[in-house]
Amino acid sequence: MEFGLSEEQNLLQRSVNGFLDNASSLEKVRALAEDGGDVWPGLSELGVPALLVPESAGGLGLSTLDAAIVAEALGAHTAPAPFVSSAVMLPVALRSAGGDHDSLFADLASGAVRAGCALADGYGTRAGSGITSNGDSLSGTALYVLDFDADVYLVADNQQALFLVDKDAANLSAQSLTTIDKTRSTGELTFSATPAQRISDDPAVLQAVLDAGRIMLAADTLGAAQEMLDQAVEYAKQREQFNRPIGSFQAVKHMCAEMAAGLEPCRAMVWFAAHALDTLPDQATMTACHTKAHLSEVGKFIAKTSTEVHGGMGFTDLVGLHYWFKRIGFNRQLLGAPELLREEAARAQQLVA
Amino acid sequence: MDLSYGPEYEVFREETREFINSHRDQAPRGQGMKSPEVLNWQKLLIENGYAARTIPKAYGGYGAQPDILKSRIIAEEFASAQVNSGLGGQGISMLVPTLLEVGTEEQKQQFIGPTLRGEMVWCQGYSEPGAGSDLASLRTAAVLEGDEWVVNGQKIWTSTAQHADWIFCLVRTEPDAPKHKGISFLLFEMSTPGIEIRPLVDMTGVANFNETFFTDVRVPKHQIVGERGQGWMVANAILGHERDSLGNPNVTLSRLNSLMELMKTETIAGERLIDNPIYRDRLMQIQGRVMALQCNDLRVLSSRLNNTDARLARMIVKLQGTELRHDLEGLAIDVMGEMGLAYADNPHLRDRGSWQSQYMYYLGLIIGGGTSQIQKNIISERGLDMPREPKVEKAS
Repeated sequence: MEFGLSEEQNLLQRSVNGFLDNASSLEKVRALAEDGGDVWPGLSELGVPALLVPESAGGLGLSTLDAAIVAEALGAHTAPAPFVSSAVMLPVALRSAGGDHDSLFADLASGAVRAGCALADGYGTRAGSGITSNGDSLSGTALYVLDFDADVYLVADNQQALFLVDKDAANLSAQSLTTIDKTRSTGELTFSATPAQRISDDPAVLQAVLDAGRIMLAADTLGAAQEMLDQAVEYAKQREQFNRPIGSFQAVKHMCAEMAAGLEPCRAMVWFAAHALDTLPDQATMTACHTKAHLSEVGKFIAKTSTEVHGGMGFTDLVGLHYWFKRIGFNRQLLGAPELLREEAARAQQLVA
Repeated sequence: MDLSYGPEYEVFREETREFINSHRDQAPRGQGMKSPEVLNWQKLLIENGYAARTIPKAYGGYGAQPDILKSRIIAEEFASAQVNSGLGGQGISMLVPTLLEVGTEEQKQQFIGPTLRGEMVWCQGYSEPGAGSDLASLRTAAVLEGDEWVVNGQKIWTSTAQHADWIFCLVRTEPDAPKHKGISFLLFEMSTPGIEIRPLVDMTGVANFNETFFTDVRVPKHQIVGERGQGWMVANAILGHERDSLGNPNVTLSRLNSLMELMKTETIAGERLIDNPIYRDRLMQIQGRVMALQCNDLRVLSSRLNNTDARLARMIVKLQGTELRHDLEGLAIDVMGEMGLAYADNPHLRDRGSWQSQYMYYLGLIIGGGTSQIQKNIISERGLDMPREPKVEKAS
């Protein structure tokens, strides 16, 4: 029995963190956020886009847990990168759907092709959006498409079928959308009988994609929340008021203890959810839903509490804590907010009549 | 990541299941101490290695090599079969491990065997009216007169004092030493003249606790564990044992399953409570928290197997586990509405009133064994390395 990371996984974590410490420092994140750039080229050199691409198609064929480790590092550094769509959700979709996707796999693995995901029809369409299909063409509007600056989009229709759409497809209009989180690109896609490649009609494929994406967002929150906790503890040790470090006041240290007590089990939960996705199919969906919901709740608490520990400075752009605050907020809303996910967890165990 | 225990352990699990199945009719159902039923069951468990498993044979245990996974399998199988897993209590869970570590050979011989067999019941004399969270400020005094300690003072929260044969007790023997260095750890019989016990009824309506008064209680000089003035160190080893046992997520999981059953059977206006989306969401929130703590528990277990300490993961268990359990029991009461008010002999009681009594009992456990606030001090100061609160100068 071994519940934890392997030596190789520790190495992967160190190597990605090492790269991001420099490439995705707060200063660089600020600059990238203004220019709309990202760290994907550097991550591609490290092999990150190839993680979940099958070895037979030139990828690394690693596990969901390996991907979750990378997602955690990205969250810790608020790194701008189309990781969730390009390295996780699209590869999982292609793998689960079957068929010959070797050429696309190769382009994804090298980082040459970036993917975006429009999957809201799979779990809850908002007013003003919705996708219908007619054979190999799509119509309608997709909102808050994740990793919007993409070459190819993975799109779900209202029948839970999945399609690939080229960014240059005819009758496709794309409009980027501003959100609170400047480290992520999102946008709106409008289809009018837009040509698309149907890759799956099986709701189980969509479910596998959503499960994997949700675990990645949960892992991203884990990394971001851990960073916010670490910064709060560090600040509370340095900052002095009433002639003593504020971290020596119980009011402040208990806030930090509550953050740590909430977050520490989250790490094991993310590991388990990632592991379950690959090895415990009966528990995969329920666990993925619970993990993203729980991480969202703990993340929200830490985002608020860490900011409070920093006092007025926490509220400023100068300290930059808000990058993590917003990253955690983004992860919470996307691919299903906690209430929806808990209901899905209840359905997955036949608790909903 | 590998969640399987391996083939050797699956064989052990099968053996354990077989034992439970073929002997479960002998298992006691009640809590009664020292009944023949209880003592015989305890004897059977020790003989077969399901209780006192790693305690040396010479001291009355089963004498197996410590094996974390086997101990875990035993706990899991007895819990899932809902069969009595043998005696616990402060003597077995706290005093025995301490004597094994720091007791003299004579003390081990005298106390461990009868304690394991359930023939010698212990209570713990730590807290005092003026020494709760600040335990080291305790004032119960022991003065050496010839070959005897003479003990005077008062203890509180002494559970099972009324049934106990013996007490392990912290007393101040070096009044001039700094507070942590003036304490000694004594063992004495509860039948010694000068001990008075007054039951302390708690909010569940039961006298689980007592106040215990000592007036010139004479204790043989050699009934001390460790040296004079080392009592604080001895006691801290034991407190570690106590905290590890509070807030166990696997017990919480079985309560969660019972809560789900309750919500599938209990109705309001003809609708099952599980079908009400608001109550269902609260159930799912609890389930998510249980799942997180179970994963945390696996991580802690695994780190013990590898001799790497997942320190923070271990430190948060008492705080998170007891708060979660209290919330879980509280949700059961909420879903029952006015039915949740039923108590004692009320004919409408569900599940023998366990939800009401456990809801209150777990509030007690949030406070006992180091309050949640003390836990937060420990987590922040020892886990996060935050500065201690400056000492307040003694008012003179």
